[in-house]
Amino acid sequence: MSWLETFRTSWAAVRSHALRSVLTVVGILIGIAAVILTVGLGLGTQKDVSAQISALGSNLLIVSPGSTTSSSGVRGGFGTGSTLTIADAVALASHVSAPDVKAVAAEKTSSQSLTAGSTNWTTSVSGVTPSWLSVRSRSIEVGRFLTSSDDAQSSDVVVLGSEAAQELFGRTVGVVGQTVTVAGTSFEVVGVLAPAGSDSSSNLDDVALVPMSTAQTQLSTGASSSVSTVYLEAASAGRLSAAYQEARAVLLTTHGIADASGADFTISSQDALVSTATAVYRTLTVLLTGIAALSLLVGGIGVMNIMLVSVTERTREIGLRKALGAPPGAIRRQFLVEAAILGLSGGVLGALVGSLAALLLPAAIGSSVVVSPAAIGLSLGVSVAIGIVFGVYPATRAARLAPIDALRTE
Amino acid sequence: MAERTTAPTASAASAATSSARRRGAAEARPVIELVGARKTYRSGSIEFEALKGIDVRIDEGEYVAIMGPSGSGKSTIMNVLGCLDTLTEGEYRLGGVDVEDLDEADLAAIRNRQIGFVFQQFHLLPSLSAERNVELPLVYAAVPADERRRRARAALERVGLGDRFENRPGELSGGQQQRVAVARALVGEPTMILADEPTGNLDSVSTADVLALFDELHASGRTIVLITHELEVAERARRIIRVRDGLIQGDEVTA
Ligand SMILES: Nc1ncnc2c1ncn2[C@@H]1O[C@H](COP(=O)(O)OP(=O)(O)O)[C@@H](O)[C@H]1O
Ligand SMILES: [Mg+2]
Repeated sequence: MSWLETFRTSWAAVRSHALRSVLTVVGILIGIAAVILTVGLGLGTQKDVSAQISALGSNLLIVSPGSTTSSSGVRGGFGTGSTLTIADAVALASHVSAPDVKAVAAEKTSSQSLTAGSTNWTTSVSGVTPSWLSVRSRSIEVGRFLTSSDDAQSSDVVVLGSEAAQELFGRTVGVVGQTVTVAGTSFEVVGVLAPAGSDSSSNLDDVALVPMSTAQTQLSTGASSSVSTVYLEAASAGRLSAAYQEARAVLLTTHGIADASGADFTISSQDALVSTATAVYRTLTVLLTGIAALSLLVGGIGVMNIMLVSVTERTREIGLRKALGAPPGAIRRQFLVEAAILGLSGGVLGALVGSLAALLLPAAIGSSVVVSPAAIGLSLGVSVAIGIVFGVYPATRAARLAPIDALRTE
Repeated sequence: MAERTTAPTASAASAATSSARRRGAAEARPVIELVGARKTYRSGSIEFEALKGIDVRIDEGEYVAIMGPSGSGKSTIMNVLGCLDTLTEGEYRLGGVDVEDLDEADLAAIRNRQIGFVFQQFHLLPSLSAERNVELPLVYAAVPADERRRRARAALERVGLGDRFENRPGELSGGQQQRVAVARALVGEPTMILADEPTGNLDSVSTADVLALFDELHASGRTIVLITHELEVAERARRIIRVRDGLIQGDEVTA
């Protein structure tokens, strides 16, 4: 019996009980949908994380004031004055004590109201050092970035994020040379940043940047030398942990802290970011993998059950086919193909349901779900394999039926 | 064994006579040989001996009726002859080969190529058209689809159902269904037709149709074993073997 003929016969059998067949494969359907979502979440999280990493700059360490490592919460005041200063940034830039730190950028951020003509816009204004652009992996769309001479002279110049420019001027081109008023001082717009999207906590395009010295003298509320964040760029990805150790040692020394557990600063890396981002993914993966495994098992048993029913129902047919010359192998193949078709139907329906859920899920959990053709292909393969594995026993039983006993069955 | 009323030699001799009559001087070739055949059915602790030691020889081209009352063991004989069931004791040689030496796949091939079955209950698959039912033996003989179709239609035309290719069994009368079954039995051009009460469920007109088909098949050289409990039907054969209580009671050449 040719494969085509076998397939045709088995398909006719499945179709003759369409509803029963669909109900049988619900378990496989759920399992395959869960597999597709699991793989999709994994890929989606990877995508999200790499987007955040490239938005943040590569090989980056982030130094923030205060300690968040212990259960006592934040140590060192955010409110009363930052423990991180511009002197720390200078110390970290030393090639002697921190050789694996390639570049340092400090940021002193406060929320300010900006005015251009009659338009008001409140956004975060950061005093930054000239190295900020390269350390944060950003680029300039039009105009220029802040220079060291801007910093030396505490010039009243500002570089706007594309969204801040849009809000203030209604456009991003032709704003260079315009004037923006911040805290009573007029700033000249010298450049606009290229858009970068958002990271996990903030909108990277709704910002205004001024020279660090300008921010310290004109926009500072607390201690003028304090900064909100210091960004460190490691020499390479492989030197990231070395840079971390060096930066920690430098800061403990300059802050005069002997006991490392009393650190009044926090250094975080993208590893930390990645692990935060993957936390959601990991929980969901464990859950979905459990659902998938269980559903596929239940689905497989369902297929086995219905195949045993099918064999019993068609005992006479089997007897007749044997009388007409069907060898045991042909009978076994016929039922195996029937089981494989059931499995595959579950797989196809599961892939559809899984893909649909992948469209709806991101809105609910805020994480991307990527449906990959490879995952769908793999799922269909798995569903066919389940049909075959759980079909072996019923098919073998059918193949072993004695022709005369089968024919005599009423 | 003592109860046996017909000696194997007598049976062989009569078979040889009928064969010789048909083929002139040619040597008779046995297709079927049962020697000391016994069959015991077991269901749980209950045993029932349905065949109590019988010897039968049937030559190529013979038309033999096996006749006896209900429960005498006729179907048991036919199942053994058709390789659908095995003997408990004794020997069955088909075309000179002891079937005990063959495995399931070999037996399937024999049923497929050498034997055409016609059953009292027709045994057609209800979901398939007449044509597809008739094609079944060819499916297992790996005949290509278009040739299968051509031969199935030719067989249906031969049994007078040239206008019923697409009908399912449920849309056909009993007589028509049995003719489909006969078409299925002859489509693979087997050397032997085994029919177990083929007219048992048919009216007299359909019975006549089916028996006429068997006459034709016999004329074209097929070996036919026809099982029946009706003398009228048995008399269409050239030889009648009578069974009762699992034993052969008589073996005579008619016509
Ligand atoms: N599978 C079986 N199990 C037990 N007894 C059986 C079985 N098949 C047939 N028999 C018995 O064997 C005897 C012969 O049966 P069978 O060959 O079908 O007779 P016939 O076809 O002549 O009516 C009957 O008494 C029947 O009850
Ligand atoms: Mg019978």
